[in-house]
Amino acid sequence: MPEALDRMTRFSPTHPPPGEMPRIKTGRIATLLHRNETLRGYLLMSPTLAIMTIGIIIPFIILLVLSFWTRQGFEFDTTLTLTNYRRVASEPIFGALLARSLWISGVATITTVALCYPMAYFVAFHVRRNKMMWLILITLPFWTSYLLRVFAWKVILGYEGVINSALISLGWIEAPLEFLLYSREAVIITLAHAWAAFAILPLYVSLEKIDKSLLEAATDLGDGPVARFFRVTLPLSMPGVIAACFLIFIPTTGDYITPALLGGPDGMMIGNFIQVQFGPVNNWPMGATLSIVLMLWICAIALVFLFVTRKAQERIA
Amino acid sequence: MKATSHLQRPNRSLQVYAAVFLVVLYLPVLLIPLFAFNDSIYVRFPLRGFTTQWFVELWNRQPAWNAFWNSIRVGLTVAVISTVLGIVAAKAITRYRMPGRTALVTFIMMPLVIPGIIFGVALLVLLSRMGVPLSLYTVTLGHLIVCLPFAVATLLPRFEGFDRSMEEASADLGENGWWTFWRVTFPMVFPGVVASLLLTFTISFDEFIMAFFLTGTDPTLPIYIWSQLRFPQQFPSILALASLVLFFSIPLIFIAIWVGRLGVSQSSEGTAES
Repeated sequence: MPEALDRMTRFSPTHPPPGEMPRIKTGRIATLLHRNETLRGYLLMSPTLAIMTIGIIIPFIILLVLSFWTRQGFEFDTTLTLTNYRRVASEPIFGALLARSLWISGVATITTVALCYPMAYFVAFHVRRNKMMWLILITLPFWTSYLLRVFAWKVILGYEGVINSALISLGWIEAPLEFLLYSREAVIITLAHAWAAFAILPLYVSLEKIDKSLLEAATDLGDGPVARFFRVTLPLSMPGVIAACFLIFIPTTGDYITPALLGGPDGMMIGNFIQVQFGPVNNWPMGATLSIVLMLWICAIALVFLFVTRKAQERIA
Repeated sequence: MKATSHLQRPNRSLQVYAAVFLVVLYLPVLLIPLFAFNDSIYVRFPLRGFTTQWFVELWNRQPAWNAFWNSIRVGLTVAVISTVLGIVAAKAITRYRMPGRTALVTFIMMPLVIPGIIFGVALLVLLSRMGVPLSLYTVTLGHLIVCLPFAVATLLPRFEGFDRSMEEASADLGENGWWTFWRVTFPMVFPGVVASLLLTFTISFDEFIMAFFLTGTDPTLPIYIWSQLRFPQQFPSILALASLVLFFSIPLIFIAIWVGRLGVSQSSEGTAES
Protein backbone atom coordinates (compact mmCIF):
# COMPACT_ATOMS: atom_id res chain seq x y z
CA MET A 1 0.00 0.00 0.00
CA PRO A 2 2.67 2.60 0.86
CA GLU A 3 4.73 1.55 -2.13
CA ALA A 4 1.75 1.85 -4.45
CA LEU A 5 1.02 5.36 -3.28
CA ASP A 6 4.70 6.17 -3.49
CA ARG A 7 4.78 5.08 -7.12
CA MET A 8 1.63 7.04 -7.91
CA THR A 9 3.07 10.23 -6.56
CA ARG A 10 6.37 9.68 -8.32
CA PHE A 11 4.66 9.62 -11.74
CA SER A 12 2.48 12.62 -11.00
CA PRO A 13 3.60 15.93 -12.54
CA THR A 14 5.94 18.03 -10.48
CA HIS A 15 4.29 19.83 -7.61
CA PRO A 16 4.02 23.56 -7.60
CA PRO A 17 6.12 25.24 -4.91
CA PRO A 18 4.22 25.67 -1.63
CA GLY A 19 3.71 29.39 -2.15
CA GLU A 20 1.63 28.83 -5.27
CA MET A 21 -0.63 26.20 -3.77
CA PRO A 22 -4.32 26.96 -4.28
CA ARG A 23 -5.75 28.53 -1.19
CA ILE A 24 -8.83 30.33 -0.08
CA LYS A 25 -8.34 33.97 0.78
CA THR A 26 -9.54 34.54 4.33
CA GLY A 27 -8.20 37.68 5.84
CA ARG A 28 -4.85 38.75 7.12
CA ILE A 29 -4.20 36.33 9.97
CA ALA A 30 -4.89 33.33 7.75
CA THR A 31 -2.47 34.68 5.15
CA LEU A 32 0.16 35.29 7.79
CA LEU A 33 -0.31 31.78 9.12
CA HIS A 34 -0.11 30.34 5.64
CA ARG A 35 3.12 32.16 4.90
CA ASN A 36 4.84 31.55 8.20
CA GLU A 37 5.60 27.87 8.68
CA THR A 38 7.20 28.32 12.09
CA LEU A 39 4.14 30.07 13.42
CA ARG A 40 1.85 27.35 12.11
CA GLY A 41 4.06 24.67 13.60
CA TYR A 42 4.06 26.25 17.02
CA LEU A 43 0.33 26.92 16.85
CA LEU A 44 -0.29 23.25 16.14
CA MET A 45 2.07 22.35 18.95
CA SER A 46 0.57 24.80 21.45
CA PRO A 47 -1.87 22.46 23.28
CA THR A 48 0.92 19.95 23.88
CA LEU A 49 3.31 22.68 25.00
CA ALA A 50 0.65 24.16 27.27
CA ILE A 51 0.17 20.83 29.07
CA MET A 52 3.92 20.37 29.37
CA THR A 53 4.29 23.90 30.76
CA ILE A 54 1.55 23.37 33.34
CA GLY A 55 2.84 19.93 34.22
CA ILE A 56 6.60 20.47 34.18
CA ILE A 57 7.95 24.02 33.95
CA ILE A 58 5.65 25.80 36.40
CA PRO A 59 5.82 22.99 39.02
CA PHE A 60 9.61 23.01 38.75
CA ILE A 61 9.84 26.74 39.32
CA ILE A 62 7.55 26.48 42.35
CA LEU A 63 9.53 23.51 43.67
CA LEU A 64 12.72 25.55 43.33
CA VAL A 65 11.17 28.51 45.17
CA LEU A 66 9.78 26.23 47.88
CA SER A 67 13.24 24.79 48.48
CA PHE A 68 14.39 28.23 49.69
CA TRP A 69 11.49 28.53 52.13
CA THR A 70 11.33 26.98 55.59
CA ARG A 71 8.62 25.31 57.61
CA GLN A 72 6.89 27.36 60.29
CA GLY A 73 4.59 25.05 62.23
CA PHE A 74 1.90 24.13 59.72
CA GLU A 75 2.68 27.06 57.45
CA PHE A 76 5.66 28.10 55.35
CA ASP A 77 8.04 30.93 56.19
CA THR A 78 8.35 32.54 52.77
CA THR A 79 11.56 34.47 53.35
CA LEU A 80 14.19 33.09 51.01
CA THR A 81 17.02 31.39 52.90
CA LEU A 82 19.61 28.72 52.30
CA THR A 83 18.77 26.99 55.61
CA ASN A 84 17.59 23.74 53.99
CA TYR A 85 20.59 23.53 51.71
CA ARG A 86 22.90 24.16 54.65
CA ARG A 87 21.24 21.37 56.59
CA VAL A 88 21.60 18.99 53.63
CA ALA A 89 25.28 19.91 53.37
CA SER A 90 26.07 19.71 57.08
CA GLU A 91 23.99 16.85 58.51
CA PRO A 92 25.69 13.56 57.65
CA ILE A 93 22.43 11.60 57.21
CA PHE A 94 21.58 13.44 53.98
CA GLY A 95 25.01 12.92 52.47
CA ALA A 96 24.99 9.25 53.45
CA LEU A 97 21.53 8.75 51.97
CA LEU A 98 22.46 10.47 48.72
CA ALA A 99 25.70 8.53 48.44
CA ARG A 100 23.85 5.27 49.08
CA SER A 101 21.19 6.06 46.46
CA LEU A 102 23.79 6.91 43.84
CA TRP A 103 25.84 3.84 44.77
CA ILE A 104 22.85 1.46 44.62
CA SER A 105 21.67 2.72 41.24
CA GLY A 106 25.24 2.83 39.96
CA VAL A 107 25.77 -0.84 40.80
CA ALA A 108 22.31 -1.71 39.46
CA THR A 109 23.14 0.12 36.21
CA ILE A 110 26.45 -1.66 35.68
CA THR A 111 24.89 -5.03 36.52
CA THR A 112 21.98 -4.48 34.14
CA VAL A 113 24.11 -3.32 31.22
CA ALA A 114 26.63 -6.14 31.73
CA LEU A 115 23.89 -8.80 31.87
CA CYS A 116 21.93 -7.35 28.94
CA TYR A 117 24.86 -6.88 26.58
CA PRO A 118 25.21 -10.57 25.65
CA MET A 119 21.46 -10.79 25.10
CA ALA A 120 21.41 -7.75 22.81
CA TYR A 121 24.48 -9.16 21.03
CA PHE A 122 22.69 -12.46 20.55
CA VAL A 123 19.60 -10.84 19.01
CA ALA A 124 21.67 -8.48 16.83
CA PHE A 125 24.10 -11.05 15.43
CA HIS A 126 22.71 -14.54 15.90
CA VAL A 127 18.96 -14.23 15.44
CA ARG A 128 18.10 -14.09 11.78
CA ARG A 129 14.38 -14.76 11.69
CA ASN A 130 11.73 -13.11 13.86
CA LYS A 131 14.06 -10.52 15.33
CA MET A 132 11.03 -8.38 16.10
CA MET A 133 9.42 -11.29 17.95
CA TRP A 134 12.53 -11.58 20.14
CA LEU A 135 12.59 -7.87 20.86
CA ILE A 136 8.91 -7.86 21.79
CA LEU A 137 9.43 -10.89 24.02
CA ILE A 138 12.29 -9.15 25.85
CA THR A 139 10.55 -5.79 26.26
CA LEU A 140 7.06 -7.11 27.07
CA PRO A 141 7.53 -7.55 30.85
CA PHE A 142 8.83 -3.98 31.04
CA TRP A 143 5.41 -2.62 30.07
CA THR A 144 3.56 -4.51 32.77
CA SER A 145 2.99 -2.89 36.14
CA TYR A 146 6.24 -1.89 37.84
CA LEU A 147 4.57 -2.22 41.23
CA LEU A 148 3.56 -5.82 40.51
CA ARG A 149 7.01 -6.80 39.25
CA VAL A 150 8.62 -5.42 42.40
CA PHE A 151 5.93 -7.11 44.46
CA ALA A 152 6.80 -10.40 42.71
CA TRP A 153 10.40 -10.04 43.94
CA LYS A 154 9.12 -9.50 47.46
CA VAL A 155 7.25 -12.79 47.12
CA ILE A 156 10.44 -14.47 45.87
CA LEU A 157 12.94 -13.04 48.36
CA GLY A 158 10.66 -12.77 51.42
CA TYR A 159 11.34 -14.27 54.84
CA GLU A 160 8.83 -17.00 54.08
CA GLY A 161 9.16 -16.41 50.37
CA VAL A 162 9.73 -18.65 47.39
CA ILE A 163 13.50 -19.09 47.74
CA ASN A 164 13.55 -19.62 51.50
CA SER A 165 10.59 -22.00 51.59
CA ALA A 166 11.90 -23.94 48.60
CA LEU A 167 15.35 -24.33 50.21
CA ILE A 168 13.78 -25.40 53.52
CA SER A 169 11.46 -27.95 51.95
CA LEU A 170 14.43 -29.34 50.05
CA GLY A 171 16.22 -29.63 53.38
CA TRP A 172 19.19 -27.53 52.28
CA ILE A 173 18.79 -24.92 55.01
CA GLU A 174 17.04 -25.05 58.39
CA ALA A 175 16.16 -21.43 59.06
CA PRO A 176 15.18 -18.82 56.44
CA LEU A 177 18.03 -16.74 55.05
CA GLU A 178 17.38 -13.27 56.40
CA PHE A 179 19.69 -11.30 54.18
CA LEU A 180 17.58 -11.96 51.08
CA LEU A 181 14.90 -9.40 51.87
CA TYR A 182 15.41 -5.87 53.20
CA SER A 183 18.95 -5.36 51.93
CA ARG A 184 20.75 -3.32 49.31
CA GLU A 185 21.35 -6.51 47.34
CA ALA A 186 17.61 -7.15 47.14
CA VAL A 187 17.10 -3.62 45.78
CA ILE A 188 19.91 -4.04 43.24
CA ILE A 189 18.61 -7.41 41.99
CA THR A 190 15.10 -6.07 41.61
CA LEU A 191 16.20 -2.88 39.86
CA ALA A 192 18.42 -4.82 37.46
CA HIS A 193 15.54 -7.13 36.61
CA ALA A 194 12.96 -4.38 36.27
CA TRP A 195 15.02 -2.11 34.01
CA ALA A 196 16.46 -4.75 31.66
CA ALA A 197 14.40 -3.60 28.68
CA PHE A 198 15.75 -0.05 29.00
CA ALA A 199 19.25 -1.49 28.51
CA ILE A 200 18.45 -4.01 25.78
CA LEU A 201 16.92 -1.58 23.29
CA PRO A 202 19.76 0.97 22.97
CA LEU A 203 22.37 -1.82 23.08
CA TYR A 204 20.56 -3.70 20.33
CA VAL A 205 20.21 -0.60 18.14
CA SER A 206 23.91 0.25 18.36
CA LEU A 207 25.00 -3.36 17.73
CA GLU A 208 22.62 -3.73 14.80
CA LYS A 209 24.07 -0.59 13.18
CA ILE A 210 27.62 -1.98 13.08
CA ASP A 211 28.81 -2.50 9.54
CA LYS A 212 29.36 -6.25 9.24
CA SER A 213 32.13 -5.77 6.68
CA LEU A 214 34.28 -4.22 9.44
CA LEU A 215 34.02 -7.50 11.34
CA GLU A 216 34.97 -9.42 8.22
CA ALA A 217 37.92 -7.09 7.71
CA ALA A 218 39.09 -7.70 11.27
CA THR A 219 38.85 -11.45 10.71
CA ASP A 220 40.70 -11.24 7.40
CA LEU A 221 43.46 -9.24 9.05
CA GLY A 222 43.99 -11.99 11.57
CA ASP A 223 41.91 -11.10 14.63
CA GLY A 224 40.42 -13.99 16.53
CA PRO A 225 36.83 -13.74 17.83
CA VAL A 226 37.90 -12.32 21.22
CA ALA A 227 40.27 -9.69 19.80
CA ARG A 228 37.67 -8.80 17.20
CA PHE A 229 35.06 -8.26 19.88
CA PHE A 230 37.24 -6.01 22.02
CA ARG A 231 38.80 -4.09 19.13
CA VAL A 232 35.82 -3.66 16.82
CA THR A 233 32.43 -4.64 18.21
CA LEU A 234 32.68 -3.23 21.72
CA PRO A 235 34.12 0.21 20.77
CA LEU A 236 31.55 0.60 17.99
CA SER A 237 28.69 -0.26 20.35
CA MET A 238 29.81 2.25 23.00
CA PRO A 239 27.08 4.80 22.12
CA GLY A 240 24.50 2.15 23.00
CA VAL A 241 26.28 1.30 26.24
CA ILE A 242 26.39 4.97 27.24
CA ALA A 243 22.73 5.50 26.36
CA ALA A 244 21.76 2.39 28.34
CA CYS A 245 23.71 3.62 31.38
CA PHE A 246 21.92 6.98 31.32
CA LEU A 247 18.50 5.47 30.78
CA ILE A 248 18.85 3.26 33.84
CA PHE A 249 20.97 5.33 36.21
CA ILE A 250 18.94 8.55 36.11
CA PRO A 251 15.45 7.18 36.81
CA THR A 252 16.59 4.57 39.34
CA THR A 253 18.34 7.09 41.63
CA GLY A 254 14.95 8.49 42.55
CA ASP A 255 13.13 5.17 42.71
CA TYR A 256 10.57 4.84 45.47
CA ILE A 257 8.74 1.51 45.18
CA THR A 258 11.69 -0.90 45.15
CA PRO A 259 13.52 0.40 48.24
CA ALA A 260 10.19 0.86 50.04
CA LEU A 261 9.14 -2.77 49.45
CA LEU A 262 12.52 -4.52 49.51
CA GLY A 263 15.11 -2.19 50.96
CA GLY A 264 14.36 -2.15 54.66
CA PRO A 265 16.15 0.47 56.77
CA ASP A 266 19.50 -0.47 55.24
CA GLY A 267 18.33 -0.13 51.65
CA MET A 268 16.33 3.07 51.99
CA MET A 269 17.04 5.57 49.22
CA ILE A 270 16.64 9.31 48.71
CA GLY A 271 13.25 8.84 47.02
CA ASN A 272 11.83 7.35 50.21
CA PHE A 273 13.21 10.22 52.23
CA ILE A 274 11.65 12.77 49.88
CA GLN A 275 8.30 11.00 50.25
CA VAL A 276 8.66 11.04 54.05
CA GLN A 277 9.21 14.81 53.97
CA PHE A 278 6.04 15.30 51.97
CA GLY A 279 4.12 12.74 54.03
CA PRO A 280 4.62 11.90 57.72
CA VAL A 281 7.29 14.52 58.57
CA ASN A 282 5.36 17.20 56.70
CA ASN A 283 8.39 19.36 55.93
CA TRP A 284 7.66 20.23 52.32
CA PRO A 285 10.46 22.78 51.87
CA MET A 286 12.98 20.13 52.94
CA GLY A 287 11.46 17.65 50.50
CA ALA A 288 11.73 20.24 47.74
CA THR A 289 15.37 20.92 48.64
CA LEU A 290 16.18 17.21 48.53
CA SER A 291 14.50 16.89 45.11
CA ILE A 292 16.54 19.80 43.75
CA VAL A 293 19.76 18.42 45.25
CA LEU A 294 19.03 15.01 43.70
CA MET A 295 18.47 16.65 40.29
CA LEU A 296 21.74 18.58 40.60
CA TRP A 297 23.64 15.42 41.50
CA ILE A 298 22.16 13.54 38.57
CA CYS A 299 23.10 16.39 36.20
CA ALA A 300 26.63 16.59 37.60
CA ILE A 301 27.25 12.85 37.32
CA ALA A 302 25.76 12.75 33.82
CA LEU A 303 28.02 15.61 32.70
CA VAL A 304 31.16 14.03 34.18
CA PHE A 305 30.25 10.69 32.63
CA LEU A 306 29.67 12.29 29.22
CA PHE A 307 32.94 14.22 29.46
CA VAL A 308 34.98 11.14 30.41
CA THR A 309 33.49 8.94 27.69
CA ARG A 310 34.00 11.66 25.08
CA LYS A 311 37.65 12.01 26.09
CA ALA A 312 38.07 8.24 25.99
CA GLN A 313 36.50 8.07 22.53
CA GLU A 314 38.74 10.85 21.27
CA ARG A 315 41.76 8.92 22.49
CA ILE A 316 40.60 5.76 20.69
CA ALA A 317 39.90 7.69 17.50
CA MET B 1 29.62 -14.38 1.93
CA LYS B 2 31.75 -17.12 3.37
CA ALA B 3 33.16 -14.74 5.95
CA THR B 4 29.65 -13.67 6.95
CA SER B 5 28.52 -17.21 7.56
CA HIS B 6 31.67 -17.76 9.56
CA LEU B 7 30.79 -14.75 11.71
CA GLN B 8 27.23 -15.92 12.19
CA ARG B 9 28.11 -19.46 13.17
CA PRO B 10 25.70 -20.45 15.95
CA ASN B 11 27.23 -19.88 19.35
CA ARG B 12 26.02 -22.55 21.77
CA SER B 13 26.87 -20.72 24.98
CA LEU B 14 25.18 -17.52 23.79
CA GLN B 15 22.04 -19.51 22.95
CA VAL B 16 21.98 -21.01 26.43
CA TYR B 17 22.51 -17.56 27.92
CA ALA B 18 19.61 -16.14 25.91
CA ALA B 19 17.31 -18.96 27.03
CA VAL B 20 18.24 -18.51 30.70
CA PHE B 21 17.83 -14.74 30.34
CA LEU B 22 14.27 -15.11 29.07
CA VAL B 23 13.36 -17.60 31.81
CA VAL B 24 14.69 -15.30 34.55
CA LEU B 25 12.92 -12.34 32.92
CA TYR B 26 9.53 -14.03 33.03
CA LEU B 27 9.77 -16.22 36.13
CA PRO B 28 8.88 -13.57 38.75
CA VAL B 29 5.83 -12.47 36.80
CA LEU B 30 4.69 -16.09 36.34
CA LEU B 31 4.97 -16.83 40.06
CA ILE B 32 2.13 -14.39 40.77
CA PRO B 33 -0.62 -16.45 39.09
CA LEU B 34 0.93 -19.66 40.45
CA PHE B 35 0.40 -18.56 44.05
CA ALA B 36 -2.92 -16.88 43.27
CA PHE B 37 -4.37 -20.37 42.70
CA ASN B 38 -2.59 -21.89 45.70
CA ASP B 39 -4.83 -23.06 48.53
CA SER B 40 -2.92 -21.37 51.35
CA ILE B 41 -2.85 -17.94 52.90
CA TYR B 42 0.97 -18.10 52.98
CA VAL B 43 2.96 -17.46 49.84
CA ARG B 44 5.43 -20.31 50.15
CA PHE B 45 6.41 -23.75 48.96
CA PRO B 46 5.28 -26.50 48.97
CA LEU B 47 2.08 -25.68 47.10
CA ARG B 48 -1.06 -26.83 48.92
CA GLY B 49 -3.49 -27.44 46.10
CA PHE B 50 -5.67 -25.66 43.57
CA THR B 51 -8.31 -23.14 44.60
CA THR B 52 -10.23 -20.26 43.10
CA GLN B 53 -11.40 -18.90 46.46
CA TRP B 54 -9.08 -15.86 46.29
CA PHE B 55 -10.68 -14.81 43.03
CA VAL B 56 -14.16 -15.27 44.52
CA GLU B 57 -13.16 -13.18 47.51
CA LEU B 58 -11.78 -10.51 45.20
CA TRP B 59 -14.98 -10.49 43.13
CA ASN B 60 -17.01 -9.64 46.24
CA ARG B 61 -14.79 -6.80 47.33
CA GLN B 62 -16.34 -3.42 46.58
CA PRO B 63 -13.25 -1.18 47.16
CA ALA B 64 -11.28 -3.20 44.62
CA TRP B 65 -14.03 -2.67 42.04
CA ASN B 66 -14.13 1.07 42.75
CA ALA B 67 -10.37 1.34 42.32
CA PHE B 68 -10.62 -0.68 39.12
CA TRP B 69 -13.23 1.63 37.58
CA ASN B 70 -11.25 4.70 38.69
CA SER B 71 -8.20 3.37 36.88
CA ILE B 72 -10.24 2.57 33.76
CA ARG B 73 -11.70 6.08 33.68
CA VAL B 74 -8.35 7.78 34.21
CA GLY B 75 -6.66 5.43 31.73
CA LEU B 76 -9.18 6.06 28.94
CA THR B 77 -9.06 9.84 29.42
CA VAL B 78 -5.28 9.88 29.50
CA ALA B 79 -5.03 7.60 26.45
CA VAL B 80 -7.31 9.77 24.30
CA ILE B 81 -5.87 13.15 25.36
CA SER B 82 -2.21 12.15 25.19
CA THR B 83 -2.68 10.47 21.80
CA VAL B 84 -4.42 13.54 20.35
CA LEU B 85 -1.69 15.79 21.76
CA GLY B 86 0.90 13.33 20.45
CA ILE B 87 -0.58 13.43 16.93
CA VAL B 88 -0.62 17.23 16.94
CA ALA B 89 2.95 17.43 18.24
CA ALA B 90 4.29 14.79 15.84
CA LYS B 91 2.63 16.52 12.88
CA ALA B 92 4.04 19.90 13.88
CA ILE B 93 7.51 18.50 14.45
CA THR B 94 7.71 16.63 11.16
CA ARG B 95 5.78 18.94 8.83
CA TYR B 96 6.93 22.44 9.64
CA ARG B 97 10.31 24.03 9.60
CA MET B 98 10.50 24.77 13.30
CA PRO B 99 13.53 26.35 14.91
CA GLY B 100 14.38 24.63 18.17
CA ARG B 101 12.96 21.28 17.04
CA THR B 102 15.56 19.19 18.84
CA ALA B 103 15.13 21.16 22.05
CA LEU B 104 11.37 20.68 21.82
CA VAL B 105 11.62 16.92 21.36
CA THR B 106 14.11 16.66 24.23
CA PHE B 107 11.74 18.67 26.42
CA ILE B 108 8.80 16.39 25.64
CA MET B 109 10.90 13.26 26.27
CA MET B 110 12.19 14.52 29.63
CA PRO B 111 9.66 12.65 31.82
CA LEU B 112 11.01 9.40 30.32
CA VAL B 113 14.27 9.70 32.24
CA ILE B 114 13.78 12.08 35.15
CA PRO B 115 12.74 10.22 38.32
CA GLY B 116 8.94 10.19 38.53
CA ILE B 117 8.99 11.16 42.18
CA ILE B 118 10.32 14.63 41.28
CA PHE B 119 7.45 15.28 38.86
CA GLY B 120 5.06 13.93 41.44
CA VAL B 121 6.15 16.23 44.26
CA ALA B 122 6.53 19.22 41.91
CA LEU B 123 2.94 18.85 40.70
CA LEU B 124 1.73 18.26 44.24
CA VAL B 125 3.34 21.53 45.37
CA LEU B 126 1.84 23.46 42.45
CA LEU B 127 -1.66 22.07 43.00
CA SER B 128 -1.62 22.70 46.73
CA ARG B 129 -0.38 26.28 46.25
CA MET B 130 -3.22 26.86 43.81
CA GLY B 131 -5.65 25.30 46.26
CA VAL B 132 -6.75 22.57 43.85
CA PRO B 133 -8.06 19.58 45.83
CA LEU B 134 -6.49 16.23 44.93
CA SER B 135 -8.81 14.02 42.93
CA LEU B 136 -8.85 11.74 39.91
CA TYR B 137 -8.46 14.89 37.76
CA THR B 138 -5.10 15.69 39.31
CA VAL B 139 -4.04 12.06 38.79
CA THR B 140 -5.08 12.42 35.15
CA LEU B 141 -2.91 15.52 34.76
CA GLY B 142 0.06 13.70 36.30
CA HIS B 143 -0.45 10.70 34.02
CA LEU B 144 -0.63 12.96 30.97
CA ILE B 145 2.90 14.17 31.72
CA VAL B 146 4.10 10.57 32.04
CA CYS B 147 2.28 9.29 28.94
CA LEU B 148 2.94 12.13 26.46
CA PRO B 149 6.56 11.10 25.73
CA PHE B 150 5.39 7.57 24.94
CA ALA B 151 2.64 8.85 22.63
CA VAL B 152 5.06 11.15 20.78
CA ALA B 153 7.75 8.43 20.60
CA THR B 154 5.21 6.01 19.10
CA LEU B 155 3.76 8.50 16.63
CA LEU B 156 6.90 10.36 15.48
CA PRO B 157 8.35 7.47 13.41
CA ARG B 158 4.94 7.17 11.74
CA PHE B 159 4.90 10.77 10.61
CA GLU B 160 8.54 10.59 9.57
CA GLY B 161 7.96 7.30 7.78
CA PHE B 162 5.78 8.40 4.91
CA ASP B 163 6.32 10.56 1.90
CA ARG B 164 5.26 14.17 2.28
CA SER B 165 4.44 14.38 -1.40
CA MET B 166 1.32 12.32 -0.73
CA GLU B 167 -0.13 15.15 1.31
CA GLU B 168 0.93 17.59 -1.39
CA ALA B 169 -0.73 15.41 -4.02
CA SER B 170 -3.94 15.55 -2.04
CA ALA B 171 -3.67 19.33 -1.84
CA ASP B 172 -3.04 19.47 -5.61
CA LEU B 173 -6.17 17.43 -6.18
CA GLY B 174 -8.19 20.05 -4.37
CA GLU B 175 -8.55 18.84 -0.79
CA ASN B 176 -8.16 21.38 1.97
CA GLY B 177 -5.86 20.82 4.94
CA TRP B 178 -8.55 19.35 7.18
CA TRP B 179 -9.68 16.71 4.67
CA THR B 180 -6.13 15.98 3.60
CA PHE B 181 -5.42 15.13 7.21
CA TRP B 182 -8.45 12.82 7.56
CA ARG B 183 -8.21 11.14 4.16
CA VAL B 184 -4.44 10.85 3.67
CA THR B 185 -2.45 11.50 6.83
CA PHE B 186 -4.69 9.82 9.40
CA PRO B 187 -5.07 6.47 7.57
CA MET B 188 -1.30 6.35 7.10
CA VAL B 189 -0.53 6.97 10.77
CA PHE B 190 -3.48 4.92 12.05
CA PRO B 191 -1.42 1.94 13.34
CA GLY B 192 0.66 4.39 15.34
CA VAL B 193 -2.52 5.89 16.78
CA VAL B 194 -3.77 2.46 17.87
CA ALA B 195 -0.40 1.60 19.38
CA SER B 196 -0.27 4.93 21.20
CA LEU B 197 -3.79 4.53 22.62
CA LEU B 198 -3.06 1.03 23.92
CA LEU B 199 0.35 1.92 25.34
CA THR B 200 -0.72 5.09 27.10
CA PHE B 201 -3.79 3.38 28.52
CA THR B 202 -1.70 0.57 29.98
CA ILE B 203 0.96 2.93 31.34
CA SER B 204 -1.68 5.05 33.05
CA PHE B 205 -3.50 1.95 34.33
CA ASP B 206 -0.28 0.66 35.94
CA GLU B 207 1.26 3.99 37.00
CA PHE B 208 2.02 4.25 40.69
CA ILE B 209 4.31 7.08 41.78
CA MET B 210 2.41 10.06 40.28
CA ALA B 211 -0.87 8.66 41.55
CA PHE B 212 0.74 8.08 44.95
CA PHE B 213 1.29 11.82 45.37
CA LEU B 214 -1.74 13.12 43.47
CA THR B 215 -4.59 10.80 44.53
CA GLY B 216 -7.31 12.24 46.71
CA THR B 217 -9.91 10.03 48.37
CA ASP B 218 -10.57 7.91 45.25
CA PRO B 219 -7.66 5.49 44.79
CA THR B 220 -6.55 4.07 41.46
CA LEU B 221 -5.91 0.34 41.27
CA PRO B 222 -2.13 0.43 41.94
CA ILE B 223 -2.73 2.70 44.94
CA TYR B 224 -5.36 0.28 46.23
CA ILE B 225 -2.95 -2.64 45.80
CA TRP B 226 -0.26 -0.65 47.63
CA SER B 227 -2.59 0.06 50.54
CA GLN B 228 -3.40 -3.65 50.87
CA LEU B 229 0.25 -4.81 50.85
CA ARG B 230 0.51 -3.91 54.54
CA PHE B 231 -1.86 -6.72 55.51
CA PRO B 232 -0.33 -10.18 55.09
CA GLN B 233 -3.76 -11.85 55.22
CA GLN B 234 -4.71 -9.92 52.07
CA PHE B 235 -1.74 -11.28 50.11
CA PRO B 236 -3.57 -14.09 48.28
CA SER B 237 -6.39 -11.91 46.99
CA ILE B 238 -3.90 -9.23 45.95
CA LEU B 239 -2.03 -11.96 44.06
CA ALA B 240 -5.32 -12.84 42.37
CA LEU B 241 -5.87 -9.19 41.47
CA ALA B 242 -2.28 -8.89 40.22
CA SER B 243 -2.65 -11.96 38.00
CA LEU B 244 -5.83 -10.54 36.48
CA VAL B 245 -4.08 -7.24 35.74
CA LEU B 246 -1.16 -9.08 34.13
CA PHE B 247 -3.48 -11.42 32.21
CA PHE B 248 -5.23 -8.50 30.55
CA SER B 249 -2.35 -6.07 30.15
CA ILE B 250 0.14 -8.44 28.51
CA PRO B 251 -2.00 -9.11 25.39
CA LEU B 252 -2.87 -5.40 25.18
CA ILE B 253 0.80 -4.42 25.20
CA PHE B 254 1.69 -7.20 22.78
CA ILE B 255 -0.86 -5.92 20.27
CA ALA B 256 0.30 -2.33 20.82
CA ILE B 257 3.97 -3.07 20.15
CA TRP B 258 3.16 -5.39 17.27
CA VAL B 259 0.87 -2.91 15.51
CA GLY B 260 3.21 -0.03 16.28
CA ARG B 261 6.35 -1.71 14.95
CA LEU B 262 4.85 -3.62 12.05
CA GLY B 263 4.08 -0.59 9.92
CA VAL B 264 7.23 1.26 10.80
CA SER B 265 9.54 -1.54 9.73
CA GLN B 266 7.51 -1.96 6.53
CA SER B 267 7.66 1.68 5.59
CA SER B 268 11.35 1.98 6.41
CA GLU B 269 11.98 -1.04 4.19
CA GLY B 270 9.95 0.73 1.54
CA THR B 271 12.16 3.78 1.66
CA ALA B 272 15.26 1.62 1.71
CA GLU B 273 14.17 -0.10 -1.51
CA SER B 274 13.28 3.04 -3.41
